[in-house]
Amino acid sequence: MGVWHFVEKNLQQVLFLTWEHIFMVALSLIIATAIGVPLGILITKKVNLAKRVINSANIIMTVPSIALFGLMMPILALVGQGLGKVPAIVALVLYSQLPIIRNTYVAIKNVPPSLRDAGKGMGMNKWELLKEVEIPIAVPVIIAGLRTAAVMNIGIAAIAAYIGAGGLGVYIQQGIDRVYPEMIISGAVLVSLFAILVDGLMAGVEHLLTPKGIQLQKRSAQ
Amino acid sequence: MISYEHLTKIYGEGEDAVTALEDVTFTIEKGETVIFLGPSGCGKTTTLRCTNRLESITRGKILVSGQNVMDMDVITLRRQMGYVIQDIGLFPNKTIAENIAVVPKLMGWDAKKIAARVDELLSMVRLEPELYRSRYPAELSGGQQQRVGVARGLAADPEILLMDEPFGAIDPINREQIQDEFLRLQERLKKTIAFVSHDIHEAIKMGDKIALFTNGRLLQYDTPAMLLTHPKNKYVADFVGADRALKVLGIVLAKDIINPRPRNLVKGEDSAEDVLKLIEEKELRHAIVIERGKPLGYVRPQNLSYEQGPVKDLVEKYPMYISNRTPARDILSYMLMLDLLTLCVVDDNGDFIGTVTYNDIQKKVKESYTSDVETD
Repeated sequence: MGVWHFVEKNLQQVLFLTWEHIFMVALSLIIATAIGVPLGILITKKVNLAKRVINSANIIMTVPSIALFGLMMPILALVGQGLGKVPAIVALVLYSQLPIIRNTYVAIKNVPPSLRDAGKGMGMNKWELLKEVEIPIAVPVIIAGLRTAAVMNIGIAAIAAYIGAGGLGVYIQQGIDRVYPEMIISGAVLVSLFAILVDGLMAGVEHLLTPKGIQLQKRSAQ
Repeated sequence: MISYEHLTKIYGEGEDAVTALEDVTFTIEKGETVIFLGPSGCGKTTTLRCTNRLESITRGKILVSGQNVMDMDVITLRRQMGYVIQDIGLFPNKTIAENIAVVPKLMGWDAKKIAARVDELLSMVRLEPELYRSRYPAELSGGQQQRVGVARGLAADPEILLMDEPFGAIDPINREQIQDEFLRLQERLKKTIAFVSHDIHEAIKMGDKIALFTNGRLLQYDTPAMLLTHPKNKYVADFVGADRALKVLGIVLAKDIINPRPRNLVKGEDSAEDVLKLIEEKELRHAIVIERGKPLGYVRPQNLSYEQGPVKDLVEKYPMYISNRTPARDILSYMLMLDLLTLCVVDDNGDFIGTVTYNDIQKKVKESYTSDVETD
C-alpha cells in the first residue's frame, strides 16, 4: 500500500515530524495544566469568577483553529514570534483551557458536601481540605479533562503546519498543495494513530493516579 | 459541658431574613447524652452546627466548658470536639486507618501513637484491626462504615462528641445493634454528647435528656420519661405520639420491674404432690421450677394432678428467657406472642435472677404517669 511505502521511504523525516508533533502537544499540555488546574480550583472558591472564566474558555473554543492561528500571528509578531512553534503552542494552550478548567471545576464542585462538612467539622483548614479530600477525589475527572485536551490538541496541532510549526500536519498541508494522495493519507493516518495511542496512554495515567479507594467505590457503585 | 444561652440564628437579611433559631437556652451537663429532636427544619441541626461554628451565630452565645466558642480559634475548637455525621462522611480515598487518623494527624501526633490509637479504636467499635485497618470505605457495609465514623469522632479522645443523625443511613436491624453498642461504649467513656435525631424511638433509647425543637424554638428539655409522661403542651404530646404510654415501655427495662424473689419457686426434685399442694395453698396459677440455679420451666395444676414423680419431669419449658436490659416493650410483646403472663429473667450464664409479670409492667407505667418524680 502507498502509505506504508511512503513511510518506509521517508522514515527519517516521519520520525522527525512525529517528534515535533509530540513536542508541541506535550509542552502545550504541560503549560495548559499548570494554568488550567489551579484556575479551575480557584474558581470553585470564587463563585462569581467561575461563570466568567468558563465563558471565556468557551468563547476561545468556538474560534476556528485556523482563525486562532491567524489571530496569534500579528500579536506574537510584535515580539518577533509570529510564525513557527510559539504561536502554535500558545494556541494549543488556549484551546486546552476549556476541558481542563471545566473538568477541574466540576470535579471539585462535585465532591459530596457531606465530605466537605466532615473535613471542616474535624478541623481541617481550606488548604488541608483541598489536599486531603477534594483533590484526591477530583483526580479522575481532572485527568479525564487532560485526556480530552491532549487528544484534541493532536488534531489541532496538525493544522499548525500552516503557520510553519512543523509536525505531522506538514504532510497533510504539503500533500494538498502537491496533489500527492499518499502524502496526505500518510499524514492523516499518522496523526490518527498518534491520537489513539495518547488516548490509551492517558486512560492508563487516569487509572494509575486514581486513588485505590475511589476505584473500589466506583466498582461497587456499578 | 455545653451551654446555649439565648442562641438565635437568622439567615439572610431584611425582608428575606429567615429565623432558624430563636432564643434557645439549655445546658448539656458533662457526661450526658442529649438528643436534639424534632422534624426537619426545626433548628436541631443548626444548633449542632453552631456548636462547632460550621454555622455562624447571630445572637446569644455558646459556652463550651465555660468558654465562649466565638472567642476560641475555630480550628482548635473543632479539633477538640469529635464530629460524626450521617451519610457515611468517610473519605473514600483514604483507608479505614487513615480516616480514623485524620484528627490525630492534623494535631501532629507521631506515627506510632496514631497506629496504636487506630487499632484501639477499631477494637472498641468491634472491627478487627488486622482485617479492617487497610481496607477502604467502599469495601465496608453501611453499618461498618458508621462504626468507623464513630471511631473517627473519638480519635483524639475529645471530651465532647457532636453527632448529626449518625445512624440515620443504616437499615433498622443494624441500627438497633449499633445503638446498643454505642450505649455500652458511652457507659464507659462518659463523653458529653450532642446528638441530632428525628426519630423519637432513637431519642428515647439513646438520650439522658431530649431537647425537642420546632420552628427554631426549644419546646421542652427533659428526660425521655418526663417528655413522654408529662408533655408540656399539645405539640409535644402530638410529637411524642398518642402511643406515648407504649413508648414509656421502651425506657422501662426488665431490671426496673424485676421481682427477684417470687413466691412460686419450686425445686426440680420436689414431688408433684407437694407442688400441687403449694399452688393450691398460695392460690397460684403456676410454679416455676428451678434446678441448680437455672430455670427449667413452669408447671400448672393440670400438669400435676394424679402425678407423683419429681416436677422436673413434668415442666413446660419457657420458649425464651429475657435479660436485665430487655425493655418492657419487648417483654410485653413476648407475653402477647407466647400467651404467658410471667417471664423469667436470667443473667449471662443463664442463671435465674427473677421474674417479670404483666402486672408489674402495668403498675410501672401507671406509676410514671401519676408521679412527678423522674423515672429512670
